[in-house]
Amino acid sequence: MAALEVSNLSASYGGERVLGPLSLSLAAGERVALVGQSGAGKSTLLSLLYDQAGSGTAFMPQDLGLVDTLSVFHNVYMGQLDRHSAIYSLINLLFPLQKPRGEVQTILDELGLGDKLREPTGELSGGQRQRTAVARALYQQGSMLLADEPVSALDGPLARRIMDALSRGYPTSVIALHDVDLALAYSDRVVGIQDGHIALDEPSSRLSTADLQPLY
Amino acid sequence: MLRSRTGFITLAFIGVALACLPFADLAITTVNPWRELQRLLHGLITPDFTATDELLTAFTRTLAYAFTGVALGAVAGFLLTTVFSSRLVRAFCAFIRSIHEIFWALIFLQCFGIHPLSGVLAIAIPFSGIFAKVYSEIIDEADPLPARAVPKNTGRLLRYFFTQVPEAWPHLRTYTAYRLECGLRSSAILGFIGLPTLGFHLEAAFSQGYYSQVGALLLLFYLLIATMRLWVRPRLVPVYLVVAPFFLGEGLPIIWGNVTRFVTQDIVPRPLREGEGWQGLEPWLTEILVNQALPGVWNTLLLTQMALVATGVLALLAFPLISTHFTGPVRRTSGHVLLVIARSTPEYMLAYILLQLWGPSMLPAVVALALHNGGIIGHLVGRMSDEVPLRQGAPGGFNRYAWELVPRVYPPFLAFLFYRWEIIMRETAILGILGITTLGFYVEGAIQEIRFDRAMVLILITALLNIAVDALSRRIRAWLRLRTRPTCEA
Repeated sequence: MAALEVSNLSASYGGERVLGPLSLSLAAGERVALVGQSGAGKSTLLSLLYDQAGSGTAFMPQDLGLVDTLSVFHNVYMGQLDRHSAIYSLINLLFPLQKPRGEVQTILDELGLGDKLREPTGELSGGQRQRTAVARALYQQGSMLLADEPVSALDGPLARRIMDALSRGYPTSVIALHDVDLALAYSDRVVGIQDGHIALDEPSSRLSTADLQPLY
Repeated sequence: MLRSRTGFITLAFIGVALACLPFADLAITTVNPWRELQRLLHGLITPDFTATDELLTAFTRTLAYAFTGVALGAVAGFLLTTVFSSRLVRAFCAFIRSIHEIFWALIFLQCFGIHPLSGVLAIAIPFSGIFAKVYSEIIDEADPLPARAVPKNTGRLLRYFFTQVPEAWPHLRTYTAYRLECGLRSSAILGFIGLPTLGFHLEAAFSQGYYSQVGALLLLFYLLIATMRLWVRPRLVPVYLVVAPFFLGEGLPIIWGNVTRFVTQDIVPRPLREGEGWQGLEPWLTEILVNQALPGVWNTLLLTQMALVATGVLALLAFPLISTHFTGPVRRTSGHVLLVIARSTPEYMLAYILLQLWGPSMLPAVVALALHNGGIIGHLVGRMSDEVPLRQGAPGGFNRYAWELVPRVYPPFLAFLFYRWEIIMRETAILGILGITTLGFYVEGAIQEIRFDRAMVLILITALLNIAVDALSRRIRAWLRLRTRPTCEA
């Protein structure tokens, strides 16, 4: 069963075609790593996939889409805005209640952000902001994840810890990664993008680091 | 100069203002205007603070009206932003903000009498129209990405409150604080038409010739506005808001029969009320239009155009006073003080004072409008000029002013000026209440003759005139490709 299926997808910018036409099908339980040079069209593809995706999809854009003036708690809470009544959410906007606070705290602890619950997001470092957006995606507990470079600002061990958490939370995902090793380690299938087209589409088990080099 | 659009517009507006001069009455009619001015200045250096009780009431009332009115306006305006995409709501907001606080107060005084409700509503209603518009503009500029990153099935309202509003929050707060200053000025002048705020005490002191009391009231008012940054603190504002309604005073009891009569009878056009039907309406309306509205509109336009150009000239002359590119710290400080005084004195209060000194004509009105608005724009342009980076070895003195700074700040200067065009016109209409024959003069006359139907028609015409000027100003700004952030409206 396909979790997401698109065909003849294309995008133009200023009259020039930057992506496609391309078709892509994603099975439930399949983790896809999107690789390719910067500017190849990965972000555009993810954004278009999100437009087509079902309502249970979590989206983590490259610029994160955090609200800088709100605390880490609020930004993470936003992952479940569609699950609660408007009144309950508005109360939480003004006075965070104990239950969601505890739930968010658990996720932050796992990501190493445990002490930042009340901090305004605008005052965090790049890596901390990235983890806040990851926490929002995890809190959403959606059926599928579309993420654009979710760990680009994190160093080795921490990046793996975050990728582990995302893998556990989302068995079905499309994640753009510029780090080839991470891409191979955290995917079942690799899709390589070059000049707006799919240049490679193989199971990860059959690929090595060297196979991905021509894409860069 | 005619080749460039800005040059063409500048010359056109100066030309129109000069053409207005022969039609305008600009005489000084008092026998000895300088002695009056001397007495006022003497009052300012010998202020009399002994009437402490009265001063205290005057200021607590002024503050209470301002806080309550602005808070109500802010809440209503904020709620209106959620439906501001509707054309009808936008038109409604444009309409309620085109009617000046004083006109609203004149209307409510007929309904509720001298009661706090009249003053609070008079501030809250036009302010909510302004807040709705500016808040919407600010919120629209928020980053759209967070709204995209929340789950797809999130309701529109939650998306709005969790992503767009918090993004815009700091700007909303700054703008609201600025508006509070405007609210204080509005509250102060409501006293001139009988509500128990500062203007009431000022008028009383003036008419009795107690210039030292006038001095005390004015000095305290400047102090209040100049120190706003110190006492308007995020933590204190909720306290003020809770306390303010208790300091509004009692006023006279509202007679609800009057309210009903005002709405169902007084403002219904006389021919309809007296059963003459629609045939009677036409001569009635024609009479008002020809004898009142037409001269009122004509004089309002004359005064507005002259005041607009005078404001521009004054602002361009005043901005070097506070620009870091020119003067030493001492001269700059006195420049700041001058501009603070100019911009914190409401036009109405300035015009009232100048009228006492020079007698009734358009001259005090032009000077008052130019001083107040020129002070505001001069302040903004001065601050903007600080951000102009000058190359090393740039000329000094007048050459620096004329060649380096003015050409660079001229487009934003024009934007501010055109932004204030409608505001100047709103004020011009109001100054009629002081006896200058603009639209407010005829409104006040109609109210004194207890012809509220006529007053309503005239207020309606004033509102339409303001909306028209606002639309024209927007067109000109678009043609000149001028852009200002709404928060710079100050």
